[in-house]
Amino acid sequence: MMLRQLSLFLENRPGQLRAPCRALADAGIDILTLSLADTAQFGILRLIVRDWERARAVLQQAGMVVNVTEVVPVAIADRAGALAELLGHLEEAGLGVEYMYAFPVRSAAGQAALLFRFERPEEALQVLRLRGVQVLEPEGLLALRA
Amino acid sequence: MASRDPEERCHDPAERLERGALRRLQDQRLRQAVARAAAVPFYAAALARRGVDPAGFGGLDELDRLPLTTKQDLRDHYPLGFLAVPRSALARIHGSSGTTGRPTFVAYTARDLDTWAGLVARVLVAGGLRPEHLVHVAFGYGLFTGGFGLHQGIERVGAAVIPAAGGNTPRQVMLLEDLRPEALVCTPSYALHVAEVARGLGKDPAGLGLRFGHFGGEPWTEEMRGELERQLGIEAFNNYGLSEVIGPGVAGECRARGGMHVAEDHFLLEVLDPATLRPVPDGRPGELVFTTLTREAMPVLRYRTRDIAAVERGPCPCGRTGARLGRIVGRSDDMLVIRGVNVYPSQVEEALLRVEGTAPHYLIEVARPGTMDEAVVKVEIRAENLSDEMRRMVSLRDRIDHEIQAVTGIRMAVELVAPGTLERSPGKARRVLDHRRGPAPG
Repeated sequence: MMLRQLSLFLENRPGQLRAPCRALADAGIDILTLSLADTAQFGILRLIVRDWERARAVLQQAGMVVNVTEVVPVAIADRAGALAELLGHLEEAGLGVEYMYAFPVRSAAGQAALLFRFERPEEALQVLRLRGVQVLEPEGLLALRA
Repeated sequence: MASRDPEERCHDPAERLERGALRRLQDQRLRQAVARAAAVPFYAAALARRGVDPAGFGGLDELDRLPLTTKQDLRDHYPLGFLAVPRSALARIHGSSGTTGRPTFVAYTARDLDTWAGLVARVLVAGGLRPEHLVHVAFGYGLFTGGFGLHQGIERVGAAVIPAAGGNTPRQVMLLEDLRPEALVCTPSYALHVAEVARGLGKDPAGLGLRFGHFGGEPWTEEMRGELERQLGIEAFNNYGLSEVIGPGVAGECRARGGMHVAEDHFLLEVLDPATLRPVPDGRPGELVFTTLTREAMPVLRYRTRDIAAVERGPCPCGRTGARLGRIVGRSDDMLVIRGVNVYPSQVEEALLRVEGTAPHYLIEVARPGTMDEAVVKVEIRAENLSDEMRRMVSLRDRIDHEIQAVTGIRMAVELVAPGTLERSPGKARRVLDHRRGPAPG
C-alpha cells in the first residue's frame, strides 16, 4: 500500500543537487521520479527508486543522511477533473495533504499516478478506499511505469 | 524522586546566617585575609602598587582596590610561590591537573583541611547525606582534590566511605551491588558510564539501591541530570569547587535545587564582566571571581576562575542564605561580544539542547560586514530530525532561532546545514569562527 521514499537535505548552493544524483548514477540506479521542495536557504530532495535499500546504502556511503518515509501511490483516470475530484474527497473528510507529486506512467495506460504524503496516512487510506479511489500496491505502480 | 526532607538539615548554622550578619563577618574576615595575603611576595608587591596598606585596608567597600589573580600568576610562581605560611606549617599539598606539563599546587594547613572538610560536609548534607549512609567515592585519590576532598567531608558528616577511587568500572558496579551504598560521588559523566557498564553486565542500574548522587568536577546540563536520575533512580546534586580556591565544597545544591549555595562566609564571590571587569547584575552570567576569606596556607585575592555563571541572591526555601550559583555555562576565554552583548557558545548549545534533546554539531560565525556585527549559527541536521516535510524543517529552524534569542538575548541567524558538513577536529570541536579577528586557533 505504501511506497518507500528517500529524502535528502540539501543546502542551497551550487553542486548540492548534483552530488546525490551522481552517486546514484555511478551505482547505476535509475531515479523513477523526484520532487524538490525549497526555501531560500535549504531544500529537501525526495526520490523514488526501484531498490530503495540499495539506493539508501549508496547515498549513505557517499556521506549523505537519508530519511525514509512512506508515500501513498494513487491512480486516477487520465482526464480533466479527475484530480479535483480526488482532492474533493479528501477535503470533505478534512484530511490534509503534506505534499504530492506525479509519478510518470505509460500514456497507453489511460491512467495517471500520483504520490501523496498525507497528514494522517491511515485515515486517508480508509477514506480513499471508501470513495472507490484506486490505491496502488508499489508493484502495481512500478508495472505501470514501463 | 524521593520526597523533600521536611527538616532541610544544615551541617553548619553559619549556612543560615542572616545577610547583614554575613556581610559583617565577610568584612572582618576580608581584612584579615588581606593581611595574611601580604605575606606572599606577589601580593605584597601588587598591594603596594595599588597603594593598599594591608594593615589599614578598608574591607568590603574597598574590594575593587585589591589586585586580581589569574591562573597564570599561580603558574609563574611555581611550585609554591603563593605560600603565606612556612613550609613547616603545611599539612598537605594537592594539585590541579595541568593539561600540559606541571600541575598548579595548592597547599593546606591543618586548619585549612579542617575548614575544607566542614565545607564539603555542608554540600553533602544539603544534598541529602545523613550519618547513617554509606557513600561510594569514585573520584581519583591523589593530587586531584576530588577524592580526598569528598572523603573527608563524608567522614565529617559521620557517614561511611567506600574509597573506590577511579577506574575498573565493572568492579565499581560489583561494589555498588554488593555493598549497596546510598550515595555515589563522582563526575556526572562517570556516573553515566557506571550506569552503562551496569547495563552491559545485565544489571539494572536503578536497582543498585542508590538514592543520591553528588556530582561535580565538570560542567553538566539539566538534561544530563534527568538522565542520571532516571537511569540510576537517584536524586542528583551538583556541586562546585576549584583547587586554586580550596577544592570541592565551594558551593553545592540543596534539595530545592535552585542553584548551588556558595559558602560565602569562607569565599567572597564577585561576578564580573570578563571584558570590563565590572560587576554584572544578579541573574546575568559573568566570570566568577573568588577571594578566600579563611585560607591560611595559600590565600588568593580575587581569583579569576574563568568559569562563567549567574548568581541569584533571593531567599531559598531551604533557609540557607548563601548566594545561589547557577550552572557553569562556559569559560571566559570562549566569550564573544556580539553587538555589545556577551555571548557564550554554551548558551547556543543550551538553546539547541532545548529544541533537539541532544546537541548537534554547530558553528557560530561572527562577521562585521559593515558597522554592525552579524552572527550566524550553522546547525547540522541530525538524522533523527531530517524530515521529508518542509513544514517540519522550517519549524525546527524557527524553534532554534527562538530559543537562541531567549537564551542569549540577541538575534542570530540560524542556518541548517547538511549532516557531516561542519569541520570535525580530533580534540575539541571548533564552535566559533570570528571573522572580525581572523580564524581562531584550534
